[in-house]
Amino acid sequence: MKVLMRGNEAMAEAAIRAGCRTYFGYPITPQNEILEYMAAHLPAVGGACVQAESEVAAINMCYGAAAAGVRTLTSSSSPGISLKMEGISYLAGARLPVVIINVMRAGPGLGNIAPAQGDYFQATKGGGHGDYRLIVLAPSTVQEAAELVMLAFELADRYRVPAMILADGMLGQMMEPVELPPPIPPERIPPKPWALTGAKGRPPNVVSSFDLDPHRFREILRGLWDVYRQIQRDEVRWEEYQTEDAELVLVAYGTMGRICRTVVRRARREGLRVGLFRPITLWPFPSEPLRRLSARVPVFLTVELSAGQMWEDVRLSVDGRAQTPFYGELGGVVPTPEEILNEVKKYVRG
Amino acid sequence: MEIGVVFAGFGGQGILLAGKVLAQAAMERGFEVTWLPSYGPEMRGGTANCTVVIADEPVGSPIVDRPQILVAMNGPSLERFGPRVAPGGTIIFNASLVSAPFARADVRLLPIPMNAIAQELGEVRAANMVALGAVVKVLGLFPLEAVAEALSKELGARGRERLLEVNRQALLRGFSLA
Repeated sequence: MKVLMRGNEAMAEAAIRAGCRTYFGYPITPQNEILEYMAAHLPAVGGACVQAESEVAAINMCYGAAAAGVRTLTSSSSPGISLKMEGISYLAGARLPVVIINVMRAGPGLGNIAPAQGDYFQATKGGGHGDYRLIVLAPSTVQEAAELVMLAFELADRYRVPAMILADGMLGQMMEPVELPPPIPPERIPPKPWALTGAKGRPPNVVSSFDLDPHRFREILRGLWDVYRQIQRDEVRWEEYQTEDAELVLVAYGTMGRICRTVVRRARREGLRVGLFRPITLWPFPSEPLRRLSARVPVFLTVELSAGQMWEDVRLSVDGRAQTPFYGELGGVVPTPEEILNEVKKYVRG
Repeated sequence: MEIGVVFAGFGGQGILLAGKVLAQAAMERGFEVTWLPSYGPEMRGGTANCTVVIADEPVGSPIVDRPQILVAMNGPSLERFGPRVAPGGTIIFNASLVSAPFARADVRLLPIPMNAIAQELGEVRAANMVALGAVVKVLGLFPLEAVAEALSKELGARGRERLLEVNRQALLRGFSLA
């Protein structure tokens, strides 16, 4: 049954259905409905929701809960995610499968509360210190937001790698019909033999991101990067729309991805052969499918709510085989389909 | 087909609820739909607005620069959003609160005394439903009953019988005036 739900609430409900039983957060617009929803609904399923004293406290509470083996969520918006970055690096180092939702707003600094995509670099290239990656999933509808939250918990647990949902203010605030995925029965969640559950009758487990011996630490990180390579091989997700005969392919994710879908439909109505390539995993970035597409598509127009961040990954993937222009907006301004279509017409004619 | 409807007014006039009920009704009748509120500091004691997009294919942007229908429940909303309405569109405004003249030759202007009608019905808070009734008529996509059902659903446990009946009357009055 379809229900009309806000993106923030659908993500929170999906987390509960994924078996998330602890949430730690600190309020910030435009994602407060996640905290509110968790406060209202987690206790009823035997979970705990804590409004922490700060973002730093919240992310470290996540560290503790995840180390104890509990599916754990935190959420914030851009400036708050910056505050969590030290903790996220620690999660990555300690291999703790926390799910983090970033409902992006315009930055840098305090910026404003309008939708933006300026945190792509932070999410996909590190953000915190050290040699690590997050699994980064970018929903473009409320439906997909719910589904990707479920997937984020599954992937985070499977690989022991923290996962981030990179949404934005528009997706968080808007309501859309959504068919909520069914809850995962607790017995279907795989056991975590590494968790700190009390060492009675077994050798103690250690969860840590610390090793003073460079050679030993190198081996730990080599193992981590083996896992990252496996994720790059097996977990790349993207969507192609009308790319078969396209003379120009728009590359856009999240909110821009859905708007560009409308651009493709309008362009097609005018006889322009335009398609869409929409990365769903931002890390691992779908480089290989984009590279294959660049063998026959002459123009890839990247569209972002930023000055051009994913654009760098597009150019690395296309690697000079096609034109790679960019169109973006700054400061929380969302371009209309018409504006993007006008940009498209600079490169293709009907 | 993609129709953008903007509801705007004072915080407290039920702007967000009216939009949500419309979106809910459209969803139940099989349309693609989005609802996007204004959010943040402007909601505290100031103005409120929301945008509903109803379409027969997936909605790209829930942000609408040129709405086909505007519901302006007060003067400032009419001044702010009135000039943005698409040519050929409709502006439904609250004649009970809007005194300054607003002129545009390329849109249909539909003055409805929303507060006066709601007061007549004994529930001033039902002014938003008078507006919504008019929107349903102008849209012509589904019967008023679809919205009445969505409203009952939305009010749920809050919906006392009398309140529901007053709101139904308000919807009907707005519908018949459009």
